[in-house]
Amino acid sequence: MKLNTLTLTNALALLKKKEISLEELYRDIEKAIEEKNNELNIYLTVDKEAMKKARQAQELPLGGLPIAVKDNFLTIGLPTTASSNVLDGFMPPYESTVTKRLKESGGVVIGKTNMDAWAHGSSTETSDFGPTKNPRNLKHLPGGSSGGSAAAVAADMCIAAIGSETAGSIRQPAAWCGVVGLKPTYGRVSRAGVVAMGSSLDCPGPIGKTVEDCAVLLHVIAGKDEYDGTTSSQTAPRYQKNLKDGVKGMRIGLCYTDHPKLVGTPVDVAMREAGKVFERLGAKVELVKLSKSVKPNTILTPDYAIGLYTIVQRGEVSSNLARYDGIRYGEDRSHFGEEAKRRIALGTFILSKGYADKYYVHAQKVRSLYIQNFKELFETYDVLVSSPSPGFALPIGASAGDPMFGELQDMLVEPSSLAGLPGISIPCFRDPETNLYLGLNIMANHWQEEKMFAVAYTFEQNIRWDP
Amino acid sequence: MGKYEPIIGLEIHVELATASKMFCGCKNDPFFASDPNIYTCPVCLGMPGGLPVPNKKAVEFYPDLPKGYQISQYDKPLAIHGSLEIFNYPINQSTNNQIKEKIRIRRVHIEEDTGKLIHATIEGKRVSLVDFNRSGVPLVEVVTEPDFRTVEEVDQFLKKLQQIIRYLSISGADMEKGSMRLEPSISILPITNTTNNPIIQYPTYRVELKNINSFRFARKAIEYEIERQTAMLDRGEQPIQQTRGWSEDKGVTLPQRAKEEAQDYRYFPEPDIPPMRWEKSQISKLKSQIPELPDQKKERFMKTYGLSDYDSDLITETRKLADYFEEAVKVAESTLDTGNQHIKQHHISPKKIANWMINKQPDIDAILPSQLVQDIRAASLVVDVSIDEITGAIEQVVREQSKAMSDYQKGKEQALMFLLGQVIKELKGKGDKQIITEKLKEKLALYGR
Amino acid sequence: MKTKKFTPKDVAKIAKLARIPVTLQEEKQLADGFNATMNVVDQLFKVDVGNVEPTSHVTGSMNVFREDDVDVTRTFTQEQALLNAKRTHNGFFVVDHLLEE
Repeated sequence: MKLNTLTLTNALALLKKKEISLEELYRDIEKAIEEKNNELNIYLTVDKEAMKKARQAQELPLGGLPIAVKDNFLTIGLPTTASSNVLDGFMPPYESTVTKRLKESGGVVIGKTNMDAWAHGSSTETSDFGPTKNPRNLKHLPGGSSGGSAAAVAADMCIAAIGSETAGSIRQPAAWCGVVGLKPTYGRVSRAGVVAMGSSLDCPGPIGKTVEDCAVLLHVIAGKDEYDGTTSSQTAPRYQKNLKDGVKGMRIGLCYTDHPKLVGTPVDVAMREAGKVFERLGAKVELVKLSKSVKPNTILTPDYAIGLYTIVQRGEVSSNLARYDGIRYGEDRSHFGEEAKRRIALGTFILSKGYADKYYVHAQKVRSLYIQNFKELFETYDVLVSSPSPGFALPIGASAGDPMFGELQDMLVEPSSLAGLPGISIPCFRDPETNLYLGLNIMANHWQEEKMFAVAYTFEQNIRWDP
Repeated sequence: MGKYEPIIGLEIHVELATASKMFCGCKNDPFFASDPNIYTCPVCLGMPGGLPVPNKKAVEFYPDLPKGYQISQYDKPLAIHGSLEIFNYPINQSTNNQIKEKIRIRRVHIEEDTGKLIHATIEGKRVSLVDFNRSGVPLVEVVTEPDFRTVEEVDQFLKKLQQIIRYLSISGADMEKGSMRLEPSISILPITNTTNNPIIQYPTYRVELKNINSFRFARKAIEYEIERQTAMLDRGEQPIQQTRGWSEDKGVTLPQRAKEEAQDYRYFPEPDIPPMRWEKSQISKLKSQIPELPDQKKERFMKTYGLSDYDSDLITETRKLADYFEEAVKVAESTLDTGNQHIKQHHISPKKIANWMINKQPDIDAILPSQLVQDIRAASLVVDVSIDEITGAIEQVVREQSKAMSDYQKGKEQALMFLLGQVIKELKGKGDKQIITEKLKEKLALYGR
Repeated sequence: MKTKKFTPKDVAKIAKLARIPVTLQEEKQLADGFNATMNVVDQLFKVDVGNVEPTSHVTGSMNVFREDDVDVTRTFTQEQALLNAKRTHNGFFVVDHLLEE
């Protein structure tokens, strides 16, 4: 058996029972990286000292397991570039809170993964260091922006991974690569030491082979951080504890299947099938109808969220990327790629004098409508379920030249991301012809990741693959 | 003058004396840092992933300048529409009346300082060296309305503001050290005949002055600028909107290349900082913690201790001096209760303490208030004379002035005053009149009437 | 509401404000991109927002401060601060001359 295919939970159990050794595990992981990284372009940097570090972490909860980390998390000793030429060769003088917690719990950063430059995109094609391929089908994109991390998990080039999401950047690549990806509640996980994209939206989160693996990792990285004023002071629960709570009696709202872009598509079919699974397991599943305004027991159309997300995100991007001037670190501003230039410039326009009120303030009002809509829906439903993406992974090259590629790909997760809600994407369908996957996005109210985990775990344990 | 009126407004930046910076835990001590770039971190160095977390103390620090203020979000000023009264001493001294002027304050808000630039030439190339020790130091910005008409008013205002800031212990407000910085903007208004119209049409341009590192420079730079612009108007030229720097060497202001119009964009609330909201009760609690300010203290000292306007002004110049004075008064009063007859006779009044402090300027860091009171007492004894000297002088007068003595014994009251005068004369004007009178009476009682 | 069409000249102005160097060809491309994007963005103005307040923080967090303490654990040494800089001199960062006096 190749040990690199183990889940985090299983690897830990086997290590504990001494049925496998760290050396054997790392040998298989490193072999997979050696064999596949040139083709897939997943890792930008691999830590050659990883095994040595793992040995020192053996006694800790994560036992020295190799974790892939998206290249927008600052890591001492490993260059951090956010896949941009502007930060080519940047050696962080400090550690992100997430990787610090990961290391303190015995995780080892095996390498830094490719991403859309500055996390601007949903394809990992906008990386200044070349696109990553989808390990499930090399002609296709892994999604993004955490495409490298999702692909690393899918290709068994790590045991689990860390990504970050602004709207869809964890869940969409997880769905496209057929793995599990979780975006926590905004403020659940610290953004300190993460190259910022949209500050009111960014959330670091785990990507794993199973729901349980994500639960273990989220517990490690979550919680209040004095270096991020937007983190919640609530203590992060032990998410593993409630995994087996089941869905009996739960009310589950199925969303967006009646959106004109989805009706009759494979996504529509897969979502309805998933609904049937939940019903069989004792949940009450209802279709939540789309609406063009906030009305009780309907869900506000994601159509407005595209424009809203564009305004908020472009504005915040232009502000966050203002610091890159090549003086203190990195290269000067002429090194920004096409997509970054596009976003910085548009964001600057949106926030310029005279326009900020018109665009940004209006957008934040529409945002309040989405928040209000979800708040009401969670009075009725325990969780809401949708697809994280309108379809299967697209072929390589699909994103080229489309200034709204990501926004349209992430349309279905933008409303909940703008509301700061948590969501987890788990594989729910595989096309045997293409070997490509669809994901199921389970969303809960603020801070209710536990409920989300219980639903996701139950689904994962009960879905029959290869029908 | 007369044809033109200078219109002057001020933008003042004051570095707050917090322990740490505005949005991070770096040491706030840029002036005394031993080396450049030793107080930086991900936040104030603008590293990727550095997130600002506001310093509680910096936010609570604000002068009680405004009347009504509202604090809601960080992108909004902490205070608006305040004012500060200054005394305007008219240039024309024909009248001694001070005119109270109200300088309106447009807004007060907290921001952070930038890194410091030093211009240098390295290998023949002109460069700027950047030190980020100052980057992120909390800064209070006070912007006035263009309410000043004379350099004197500016001077008065700055001194008053500096005094208040020091009273609040929020900053050293030291212009030489850069903890208080000033950017005056000046334009010249030609005066038309319609003087009845109180609405001023401000000039369409203004000149902003930079590089002002002391009150003295401020004065010189503003005076120079008034002259320069007036001369231009006299020649029929129109001064232009401009940023100029004061050159102390040359004694002139010179045009500066203005920084890019960076202020023109990115108006939005900082998403990394959750909104700040203050309850009314929190604001009143903060207000109650604001110490007595110079004007209130001066009034109180005049009322409570009977100090003159002038003395009270001097004694309340700094909070330290005023506190020292009050401590000394307390000591002087507490020793009154000892029942010691001698001390009771030598009561050190608040006025006496104030006079002593003003005239002798004792080193209040070295001398304790109790020591000061003792010194005053001892000095008054030395300056006076010993009781023996007094009785000696009385003996002599009694012996020499037999005529007056017999007059006194006959009941002539004026004789007592005459004898007293003689004793004082003998003592060469020294001594406490009250004590001398008592001693003289004691002596005369022995002779009977 | 409809956003006016961007011209390459508008883009040049914005790019200057954003301190982004752009070529003439990029100006044209960016203008086209902006127009496509703003077409989508303008949909937003179809939404009746009524009296709703703009969102300031999604989870309702408020009044987050740090105490006024010096945190030496987070402070860089001069060496760390300058580690990634291209040009340094005696502990300073070096930039092209910034302001004329």
